Amino acid sequence: MSKPVINIKNVTKTYKMGEIEVHALRGISFDVQKGEVISIMGPSGSGKSTLMNIIGCLDHLTTGEYNLDGKDIANLDDDELAQIRNQKVGFVFQNFNLLARSTALSNVELPLRYAGQIENRLQLAEKALTSVGLEDRIHHKPSELSGGQQQRVAIARAIINNPAIILADEPTGNLDSKSGDEIMELLLGLNKKNGTTLIIVTHDPQIASHTRRTIQLFDGLIQERES
Amino acid sequence: MNFAQILREAWNSLTSNKMRSVLTILGIVIGVAAVIAMLAIGSGAQDTILNQISGIGTNLLFIFEGNEMDGTTTTQPLTLQDAQAITELFAAPHVDVVAPVIQSSGVVKYSGESKSTQIFGITPEYQDARNYELLEGEFVNEQNVNGRASVALIGVDVADKLFGQRDNLLGETIHIEGQPFRIIGVLAPKGGGQFGSQDDVILVPMTTAKSRLMNRDQNRVDIIYVKAISADSVPEATSEIEEILRKRHRTDLGENDFTIYSQQDFLSLASSITNIFTVLLGGIAGISLLVGGIGIMNIMLVSVTERTKEIGLRKAIGAKKKDILIQFLTESSLLSFMGGIMGIILGWILSSAIGSVASAQGVILEPQVGLEAIFLATIFSSAVGLFFGIYPANKAANLEPVEALRHE
Ligand SMILES: Nc1ncnc2c1ncn2[C@@H]1O[C@H](COP(=O)(O)OP(=O)(O)O)[C@@H](O)[C@H]1O
Ligand SMILES: [Mg+2]
Repeated sequence: MSKPVINIKNVTKTYKMGEIEVHALRGISFDVQKGEVISIMGPSGSGKSTLMNIIGCLDHLTTGEYNLDGKDIANLDDDELAQIRNQKVGFVFQNFNLLARSTALSNVELPLRYAGQIENRLQLAEKALTSVGLEDRIHHKPSELSGGQQQRVAIARAIINNPAIILADEPTGNLDSKSGDEIMELLLGLNKKNGTTLIIVTHDPQIASHTRRTIQLFDGLIQERES
Repeated sequence: MNFAQILREAWNSLTSNKMRSVLTILGIVIGVAAVIAMLAIGSGAQDTILNQISGIGTNLLFIFEGNEMDGTTTTQPLTLQDAQAITELFAAPHVDVVAPVIQSSGVVKYSGESKSTQIFGITPEYQDARNYELLEGEFVNEQNVNGRASVALIGVDVADKLFGQRDNLLGETIHIEGQPFRIIGVLAPKGGGQFGSQDDVILVPMTTAKSRLMNRDQNRVDIIYVKAISADSVPEATSEIEEILRKRHRTDLGENDFTIYSQQDFLSLASSITNIFTVLLGGIAGISLLVGGIGIMNIMLVSVTERTKEIGLRKAIGAKKKDILIQFLTESSLLSFMGGIMGIILGWILSSAIGSVASAQGVILEPQVGLEAIFLATIFSSAVGLFFGIYPANKAANLEPVEALRHE
């Protein structure tokens, strides 16, 4: 295989809360190849979200090395990280995180605005919404959409910049099982169609079974690896 | 993002909480309106006062005893002889009319009505010096002065108060400070309201005033009014008078022990006083603008807290610090800018309302909303929004994305 998209070595993350130190990650190493689909499982509080935030360049790691798409992340400043999030990462959150006052279309085109793109924004956003099956909900606000539809908008927003990886932190956690299945299908479909690298945090072994590889986290450490 | 998008987003955000935005804007509206109205009233008052001073004649000079510049120790009073000397054609060719005056305030009565007014002891030249015209009767003449006649000219304010009419008053007897005086004329109104009204006066012969109404040394006078032959010759007349009086008062080496004011001096004095007055009013009004600015800061801080999660999301999808900063600064500036525009309009309405109330009260006051006041208010209110927006916007821009996203 070619160079990995994600290369993580001995990453630790320690939160300081006054005197108390919380070791959320205690030495994590793994690679992700381009086009892979990975699930991360583990009990609540095991560090899944922390790991996702570091992979997504939302948070600084405490020690260790992290390479994303050939770029060393450890020493970048806030604005450089913002640019990487904008260009290389697509986030899908458990609670959708859409701007309540904006239409689906504006929500989806927002990353393009921060990318400084002037032209074609609306066409691209429309295309992304079409690809998640929401072509007839373009001008709806989040409050006018079902949970599953909102998550589709979030997915459209995540793919609008053609990111190297999509990070989905319990994307079906707030959905009924039917919508959850549809969302999983959609995400896996994106991987199949475009070869997008996909990392999904989930509690659901059924969902994990859709992925060829699962990382089990326990208390800030990778417990076992399945292939 | 381009400017139009930024503006549209800010607008959407502000309109999503209309009541709050309106109340915040109101603070700025009141502040700006107050500033505009105060500046307008200030410059209106200045205009009125300066107009009144201009009304006293461009070629008039006033001579007072003493010198304010260095409180001279040995001040000699001005005398009739001083006035006489100034009339010398050869010594003072640019002087036209010289009118010495003594003055004091006093109470005048007529059958039950009484009024406190300004009493001037004058000579016939006074009419010419001050350009007084008569509604009826005649001015004080030489015989009146020489004979210490108990005659008086009254201004229309006095006529209105004592008689309720301005004509058919000749021959009536009024009592000034208890002394009976016969009215020989009524002065035509000169207009002018609050600034030492020229209609609220009584003129009597100087000799009579001296012997009956005011204690003065034989030849002493309070003010000498001098009319130069033209407005252009005021400086020459001034230096001629100065030379004559210095010689007479033997102050060849020291400072003048008298002071000569021209209309120009009064104008610049009055305009500097009214300027201070205007700045003071504007400054006080400016405080309310400041309070409006604090209101903006307050609401922006609330907004940042409420939208922490939104800020986190925006950062997660690629917003840089600068993007967040601009977003919030635009909102606060938009608030204050709209407040500024409305404040200018309200201030305009307010000042014309005050103007009409004033004129209904008989006070001439035309508030002037100057372009520079509008300009200033716009700039200043936007600056207030920017300034008071900086702290909240900075707070928003510096939020850690993860922390912000976790915020509920
Ligand atoms: N911002 C934070 N400050 C302090 N402790 C934190 C913070 N975020 C996470 N933690 C702690 O780190 C550990 C891992 O949390 P998290 O990654 O959210 O777990 P998971 O997503 O697997 O449930 C937990 O013990 C949690 O309390
Ligand atoms: Mg979690």
